Amino acid sequence: MSVTFCGLELVHPIVNGSGTFDAIAARQAFGPGFDDVFPFSAYVSKTITAAPRAGNPPPRLFEVPAGLINSIGLPNKGLDGWLASDLPQLATLPVPLITNVMANSAQEILPLVDALDDRPEVAAIELNVSCPNVRTGLDIGSDAGELGRFVSAVRPRTTKPLIVKLTPNAADVPGIARAAEAAGADAVSLLNTLRAFAPAPGGAGAAWLGGETGGMSGPALRAVALAQVRAVAACVAIPIVGMGGVASGRDARAFLDAGATLVAVGTESFRDALAGARIRDELAELSANTGLVFS
Amino acid sequence: MPVAGTPRTTAPPGRRLLTVGPRAEYGAYIVLSAADLDGPLPQPGQFYMLAAGERWGGGEDERPYLPRAFSVLRVGEHGLEFMLERVGPGTTRLAELAPGDGLWVTGPLGQGFTAPEDERRAVLCGGGVGTAPLALLQDGLRVAERPAPVLLGFRDHAHALGAALIPGSRVATDDGSVGHHGLVTELLADELDDNDHAVVYACGPPAMLEAVRALCAAREVPCQLALEAGMACGFGACFGCVVPAADGSYLRVCVDGPVIGGERLDTCLVAGHAA
Repeated sequence: MSVTFCGLELVHPIVNGSGTFDAIAARQAFGPGFDDVFPFSAYVSKTITAAPRAGNPPPRLFEVPAGLINSIGLPNKGLDGWLASDLPQLATLPVPLITNVMANSAQEILPLVDALDDRPEVAAIELNVSCPNVRTGLDIGSDAGELGRFVSAVRPRTTKPLIVKLTPNAADVPGIARAAEAAGADAVSLLNTLRAFAPAPGGAGAAWLGGETGGMSGPALRAVALAQVRAVAACVAIPIVGMGGVASGRDARAFLDAGATLVAVGTESFRDALAGARIRDELAELSANTGLVFS
Repeated sequence: MPVAGTPRTTAPPGRRLLTVGPRAEYGAYIVLSAADLDGPLPQPGQFYMLAAGERWGGGEDERPYLPRAFSVLRVGEHGLEFMLERVGPGTTRLAELAPGDGLWVTGPLGQGFTAPEDERRAVLCGGGVGTAPLALLQDGLRVAERPAPVLLGFRDHAHALGAALIPGSRVATDDGSVGHHGLVTELLADELDDNDHAVVYACGPPAMLEAVRALCAAREVPCQLALEAGMACGFGACFGCVVPAADGSYLRVCVDGPVIGGERLDTCLVAGHAA
């Protein structure tokens, strides 16, 4: 089931979605032996920003039919804290490390990219573009022009594979994927969470989540994600990391069939820390039955 | 009974399917048991994420979807025991489970209680379903020959039947139907009036925990509070279960807790946590 993705040789096509798995906390909860059964063929970090972020005030979660709305707010130690305390621990994982970064201007993202480009422990960089540009107010990932300028600024700063994580909260996702490819992205990943609202009990239109709105994930999104992966695959030549409600090998198979090279598992890992391993095994069994090989 | 600094017991990786054993009812509460032959013994205050083996989802509004967090009540002859009350779609489904049904568990998880230091005596204080982690703690203290008074608060008679899970406990009820008519924190204040060279172990609803925290802070009595929060995963992945710490950061109840020293918190009242 090995697969080549942007020059990385991965032993199978199942990775985690950014922000859905904390490999350091998993060692704390399950012991260091967790590395021996690590479910993913590459580990995608949660989003790192230039300055530390505490994250959003609680409540941060709301369960919905077949899914979850979260409003976590990207808590992280900031670039310096991450490099000093998290990276040394993540560098000992048995799989390549993909680091996800976010900033709300090209100017602010460049120091992050420069710092990661210097680190041999980082195999690839993923750009979280689901945030507003401070200057224009437009979501960088929702506008092809904005996104193209952002990726064009980043591209010359690193030789590492550059993955652009696309948001589904955009009118023309394939057009934005084309802009990412034209600006030099090596791959796109999709989809990020779908913007969603959870009403507080008691009515009156108040928000349940501390961050007001949140992002929805889980099986409720799967059909939407498949449509977007399929549409993007039809118009770009770069590889795709497909995700959205993947809960079984059959789901992963559907994303590969829609044009994805890798498949990311997110919310299902919350239900079972080893869901990724089960999905990998189910996928292998399906592929054996169909004679399909990964290359 | 682990002393401070003892490493937490870690869970086998991933979830495992257990078989539900005998169940018992104590008024408003159900005690569910499941033999966990491959799992380690939990420390007092640790918890498990539970989900029914079948029909988890598919109910009203297609919920529950995520597993639910429960402190372990006790490890008895039929295995792990969990105390639950039907309050929503998850607990309602778990309460339906019968002997022989499947139960997904991940655990034991989190940081539990640690033994009293400085020759302090332990005082246990619980509210409602927050009785659960105090039972295993009480067992541990007994083995360590450090018997502790147990004070339990309940809403009414049907809930106070849960006090039978910890024999010898003193009970307060909101409606006065059993024991002291009033709050369990009033019993706690009396207990500390007698002898405040103590450490208080508490679990219960946020308002009760906050009263315990404030009472202990005012008397400079250390307290270990077992917090509850809605969780998606239970093992640090989702960052959803946070409580604000006194230093301005957020603590993850699942990996930094669920047992958190009162001195690390300014309040136990957190928006969105069950009242």
